[in-house]
Amino acid sequence: MNMHFANEQEKLLHDIGVLDFVVIELALYLDTHPTDRNAMEYYNHYNRMTNQAKKEYSEKFGPLTLALADTSDCGDWKWATLPMPWEGGCA
Amino acid sequence: MWNYERRLEFPVNIKAPNAMLAQAIISQYGGPDGEMGASMRYLSQRYACPYREVAAVLTDIGTEELAHLEMVAAIVHQLTKNLSMEEIEESGFANYYVDHTIGIWPQAAGGVPFNACEFQSKGDIITDLTEDMAADGAIL
Repeated sequence: MNMHFANEQEKLLHDIGVLDFVVIELALYLDTHPTDRNAMEYYNHYNRMTNQAKKEYSEKFGPLTLALADTSDCGDWKWATLPMPWEGGCA
Repeated sequence: MWNYERRLEFPVNIKAPNAMLAQAIISQYGGPDGEMGASMRYLSQRYACPYREVAAVLTDIGTEELAHLEMVAAIVHQLTKNLSMEEIEESGFANYYVDHTIGIWPQAAGGVPFNACEFQSKGDIITDLTEDMAADGAIL
């Protein structure tokens, strides 16, 4: 698939969406197959990638979760001051 | 408990507002087959579920329906942004606007408010899962 992104932030957010989709679907499968070690290995692999991507995004563009909110840069409380997810980018 | 993730499950970037479309799409928020009913259905049914594996599925699907609810709200919000009074009247959005202006409120396209009677929670797993399939099975 040939995707075009306006900037690195959009690209990273898209990657997070893709990775999180895999993690959610694997979790749903594991809910009803809780002894499938093979599936758990897949889950661990993609969960690590997702967490790493969310950490990277939060450091560069602002916190995705409160757990990833880092105030050590002396800036403002970005959880409240950055655009909200529903605002859209191209209006 | 829940934690919020500050992003949409899938991005919503609407370029052309359209209040008439918003009036139809609001049904996916608070209508009879909307995400409000879907999320409350699964998250309510899970307590009486006798199998932990199934309760886990109901928890995870119910949680994801909340993410869908947010995307639908984002669509309606962006479709109704920056409308003029003329556009509101001409698009037929005035009936919604008089009560809610551009606030997001759970209702069906026809104006019927969201009602918990849109879903069931009977404390019987076969009954509840049958209802889940009827409600969501065709559009999962």
